[in-house]
Amino acid sequence: MVRQKGKGETVFRIVNGFVMLLVVAVTLYPLLYVLAISLSSAEFVQARMVTIFPKGLNFDAYKEVISDTYFWSSYKNTIVYTVTGTVLSVFLTTMLAYCLSRPNLFARKQISFLILFTMFFSGGLVPSFLLVKELHIYNTIWAIILPTAISTYNMIVTRTYMQGLPEELFESVKLDGANDFQIFTKIVLPLSKPVVATISLFYAVGLWNGYFNPMIYLKDADKYPLQIILKNLILSQNASDLSGGASEALGQTMMTSEMITSASIVIAMIPILCVYPFVQKHFVKGVMLGAVKG
Amino acid sequence: MKTAKTASDTNLMRKSKLSKLGKLWSEQKYLFFMILPCLAYYFIFHYMPMYGVIIAFKKFDIVKGIMGSPWVGLTNFKNFFAGPYAFRLIKNTLLLSLYNLIFYFPIPIIFALFLNEVMNKWFKRVVQTVSYLPHFVSVVIVVGMMQSMLSPSTGVVNRLITSLGGESINFFMRPEWFRTLYISSTIWQEFGWGSIIYLAALSSVDAGLYEAAHLDGAGRFRCMWHITLPAISPTIITLLILKVGNLLTVGYEKVIMMYNPGIYKTADIISSYVYRVGVSQANYSFGTAVGLMNSIVSMILILITNTVSKRLTDASLW
Repeated sequence: MVRQKGKGETVFRIVNGFVMLLVVAVTLYPLLYVLAISLSSAEFVQARMVTIFPKGLNFDAYKEVISDTYFWSSYKNTIVYTVTGTVLSVFLTTMLAYCLSRPNLFARKQISFLILFTMFFSGGLVPSFLLVKELHIYNTIWAIILPTAISTYNMIVTRTYMQGLPEELFESVKLDGANDFQIFTKIVLPLSKPVVATISLFYAVGLWNGYFNPMIYLKDADKYPLQIILKNLILSQNASDLSGGASEALGQTMMTSEMITSASIVIAMIPILCVYPFVQKHFVKGVMLGAVKG
Repeated sequence: MKTAKTASDTNLMRKSKLSKLGKLWSEQKYLFFMILPCLAYYFIFHYMPMYGVIIAFKKFDIVKGIMGSPWVGLTNFKNFFAGPYAFRLIKNTLLLSLYNLIFYFPIPIIFALFLNEVMNKWFKRVVQTVSYLPHFVSVVIVVGMMQSMLSPSTGVVNRLITSLGGESINFFMRPEWFRTLYISSTIWQEFGWGSIIYLAALSSVDAGLYEAAHLDGAGRFRCMWHITLPAISPTIITLLILKVGNLLTVGYEKVIMMYNPGIYKTADIISSYVYRVGVSQANYSFGTAVGLMNSIVSMILILITNTVSKRLTDASLW
């Protein structure tokens, strides 16, 4: 901000820069560690020789993971759930946001209240679980994408954005006889691209990363998304750790399981890591839009 | 369209209620069809479970259904408070929230304050980008990474401990370590993401203020204390109030991934207990009762903190 001169200033800037570098290192370290483990050979992992760089570089763990058909079917499931869920969620959220952004909407205040109320009170986990069973969507894709279809927070962010669009833009098309749905798809949606990008990413990340709903709503292993496979790998590894067997014979299989877990984690994170640097600004924008409302 | 409009005009002259509705219909029928699926969603997935909470007062039998099951009054609630876990669960939940408030909450603020002092735009952007990244790592992976690093047999942390002459620690089996692990992984995941909102507030501070302070001989730390911090204090207060309102709402996702029966003593919280009893053990009525108690207390807390916030500052949730 201000350019001050003097010794104290230089020292501060150097120290501050150094601290920031340290923060970056601490943030990245766990990711690098997992990567290193996944690429190292078993004897080095077992001897606890791996700290940051892979030792005895090899791709055995990856070969193992890639050859596992369950892993790939779960990867495919995750993609299907994420894409379908995101499309559905974005469609419903933007549509509701548009309706609520119309000042003349019938019973707008009452509808808004009923929707906002759900942010502060919910029936809770068990009634929701029973409802999914009751609706006969248990163990189907619908159980994953429907219960969380609209996030009220995302809807408010979108509505706030849409309220900021200049009203004159739709007045003329309205006089030309365009109905609300046409205004929504032809004018409002294209103008709301930034916020649509943001909420799409929020929904997609939520669906990609979520494990709880798939865990309680899916029964068949061939429907499991990636996170469930990862969870089972991690928990079984934990169980072997808990049984405390550092015995040599057990040790060998334990090593492999840790490496496989690490390799799976890396493969699961690749899509997010690849896309992340390019879409990061949309996420940040979402937080800002949300903050404006508060 | 046109004929509908002229028709509605004449109707308006008659001023009957019915014709008003007719006008409304012709004006808003598209809005109606658009909002209908969304309202159906809220009705089904938010209001039906609210109706479902009445099983908290019943002895729910899945065959008899919600209506057919017999009423039991407050038995489920009494059983919970008479049971051995109520105190432990409430204590664990509150402590976890409280530690989170003490140890996590200030970190994004401090990070934002110091990041704000970084002059090099490019470097600043790199630090920001890296710091937001962990927010997008799933809970499952965070716990997996923690386990890998803390593993007693292969983990890097235990290697460090033993090389310093200490004894290997089986972190995930030790109840006294649970909260530390939970909070530190939260800090790792959220410090950068949590700072965005403060950085936004900081970017709107008038640079002239700093120059004036500088002319008056104020150093960097005095500027940070007297200009930068006050600029973000409304944001801090708002978020603090929100946090207090949410003291009893701790998510179960990470807890369920991290805990095991050996560490329930510190790790089991209300929401994880509701999941275990209500869903895994199919003890529906009891689970609903515990969950309902939790949501009611949480809602009251939020209402109170919001009112306080309205009085103290202008900030309010609605």
